[in-house]
Amino acid sequence: MSEDDEDQSPASDLRSQRPCSPNKSRNCISSSQTFPDHVLENVLENVLQFLDSRCDRNAASLVCKLWWKVEGLTRSEVFIGNCYALSPARLTQRFKRVRSLLLKGKPRFADFNLMPADWGANFAPWVSTMAKAYPWLEKVDLKRMFVTDDDLALLAESFPGFKELILVCCEGFGTSGIAVVANKCRKLKVLDLIESDVTDDEVDWVSCFPEDVTCLESLAFDCVEAPINFKALEALVGRSPLLRKLRLNRFVSLEEVHRLLLLGAPQLTSLGTGSFSRGDQSQQEPPDYAAAFRSCKSVVCLSGFRELMPEYLPAILPVCANLTSLNFSYANISPDMFKPIIHNCHKLQIFWALDSICDEGLQAVAATCKELRELRIFPFDPREDTEGPVSELGLQAISEGCRKLESLLYFCQHMTNAALIAMSHNCPELTVFRLCIMGRLRPDHVTGKAMDEGFGAIVKNCKKLTRLAVSGLLTDQAFRYMGEYGKLIRTLSVAFAGDSDMALRHVLEGCPRLQKLEIRDSPFGDVALRSGMHRYYNMRFVWMSACRLTMGCCKDVARAMPNLVVEVIGSDDDDVNRDYVETLYMYRSLDGPRKDAPQFVTIL
Amino acid sequence: MDEFVNLKATELRLGLPGTDNVCEERERVSCNKRTLQGVTENETESSMMKTGTCPPRKAQIVGWPPVRSSRKNIIQTKKNESDSEGGRGVYVKVSMDGAPYLRKIDLSCYKGYKELLKALEIMFNFSVGEYFEREGYKGSDFVPTYEDKDGDWMLIGDVPWEMFVCTCKRLRIMRGSEAKGVGCGV
Repeated sequence: MSEDDEDQSPASDLRSQRPCSPNKSRNCISSSQTFPDHVLENVLENVLQFLDSRCDRNAASLVCKLWWKVEGLTRSEVFIGNCYALSPARLTQRFKRVRSLLLKGKPRFADFNLMPADWGANFAPWVSTMAKAYPWLEKVDLKRMFVTDDDLALLAESFPGFKELILVCCEGFGTSGIAVVANKCRKLKVLDLIESDVTDDEVDWVSCFPEDVTCLESLAFDCVEAPINFKALEALVGRSPLLRKLRLNRFVSLEEVHRLLLLGAPQLTSLGTGSFSRGDQSQQEPPDYAAAFRSCKSVVCLSGFRELMPEYLPAILPVCANLTSLNFSYANISPDMFKPIIHNCHKLQIFWALDSICDEGLQAVAATCKELRELRIFPFDPREDTEGPVSELGLQAISEGCRKLESLLYFCQHMTNAALIAMSHNCPELTVFRLCIMGRLRPDHVTGKAMDEGFGAIVKNCKKLTRLAVSGLLTDQAFRYMGEYGKLIRTLSVAFAGDSDMALRHVLEGCPRLQKLEIRDSPFGDVALRSGMHRYYNMRFVWMSACRLTMGCCKDVARAMPNLVVEVIGSDDDDVNRDYVETLYMYRSLDGPRKDAPQFVTIL
Repeated sequence: MDEFVNLKATELRLGLPGTDNVCEERERVSCNKRTLQGVTENETESSMMKTGTCPPRKAQIVGWPPVRSSRKNIIQTKKNESDSEGGRGVYVKVSMDGAPYLRKIDLSCYKGYKELLKALEIMFNFSVGEYFEREGYKGSDFVPTYEDKDGDWMLIGDVPWEMFVCTCKRLRIMRGSEAKGVGCGV
């Protein structure tokens, strides 16, 4: 489960891309008076190899030119937070022995149709450059990238030792691309397709895995909206002795899961249960599903339930006591069905669900799951004007029962400041707080006041907070609090909030660690934008859509900051409001503006 | 060929139940762009609107609440199961003889045959030739056909558009030699 999981360590490798001036070498050990350079290089290589953390490596590379060079030789895992921050050529020039690449493309708001299709984030130039430079590449982890079947084919052909392919929120490819990877990557350990849009090319990709014993450790295809060849899957599981994680899609029925579990249950640590409903055999006596789950002695992570038949839910009871992670977010479960299950989940740390469990269900979670670290409640009916089965009551209960909570995503219709204030006191470990009050501009529904004090308390009392998403009726005061107290905030999402430019100014002037700023439909204009110019080179990106920016101001920013790529994205062809900027997306870049921008993108 | 008269009451479109949701000007343009490039099943979402008139901007909010379409669609499928057959999106598979892949399109995205065929031509990079009521398509080796509810293969364009959308199960672009005898019931 990696929906918007952001890694904790600070921004990209970008800062250390620029080589240090030669003057600095005076301070470093490589005073060429004592040792010849190549000896020092060898020593450094052997030492730097032990550095794993990105931050440490970035720091080391800034010491002097030699360290920069050797660090570049020894870095095997590269993280690129924005694929347009640099070109593939620069990557391969600086890092010579990369075995693993983590690459992120589109900004998050693209997930919500705020960006037209074909905007970019193409994997193609990356894979073609790496094919020549890194023949030993083992792992590729992409998020929000556009990946084609051809790209996957090239990947499969170019890297004989390829082991791990992880595609999160990606699109542009289909089952035919997956088939090529399955077939040609003989050392494949991990094939994880997560929340990606996979075209059904009617290719039996499961049969494309080689016929010998495989190295597979993790296979996740729950997002693939296409039927699969179950016999082939059964055979695959049977010849994958190392398989620990298996996440099935909704085309796998309960009976089929039952059969798979009989094959390999004891080794599995993570299971995505597919549809969790019976196939067409509703006449026959159902097999003993509970017995199959009983044999899942190692399962700690359970998900799936894509078309849940609730009468079979009790079958999972045998594994509940061991579960650390449970994902019910595709299952419309009522409180009555839910409570007997959650009552057993004492070790639960990560819990995702739909709001169909109601406040009552959340109270049950609070009563049992004392180890809870992460909670995500999604709306069953994601509209603005519905009743809303969860509210401040559920949140209050969670804050009182789950004191170790670190990460929250909560969709609701109504909220109160009091509940947020309570949570800010009860859950000091919070690092991620994302509240979505679905009705726009909704105040505290008990007091009628804005939600300023509630969010203010969160930023003030949760001293470890690094990610914040706000909603409801918010005035500039809320942003004043953010600027004053949100010293560790790295990611901020704002929608339909604030009164004036001052709000954004508070944030830009007060939050020194801010890296990712995404704003929509808020009254922030040119004054606000200009007030952040001292920050933009230190940020990964800024997104502002449906705000009050003018073209003139954006052009000024672009002119003043040459290493900032300022994209104005529009899809209207009318020239009536040419001065009005529909969407601004800007980010720093070492290699100038991209060459693959579509027609509706104007780079200033 | 019939022009689809865009009556709001009978129009087939996507949107969350009970709402007139999600038709901003820019989404319409996106819709046009998307269909030209090829549409996949999950690109359904609210962006595939094709209403004739756009309701005032204020009432329509794209991308709010911020829930990914993969989550919305799943829940939508469950709801649609109890809805009438026409439902929200009319998804059909399209295959072309000789092409190694399939596409899925949403028929409710198109106003009529002209738009549909144009989109297919671009998607599969071919041309249909001209349609004649009696003789079918002339001037091209490719013939656009569809399978209807009765399992018969018909020529695209023979029946009124609305009827086509309701009865079409899948599309197939045949190559000339195979297409003889198709849709002779004109």
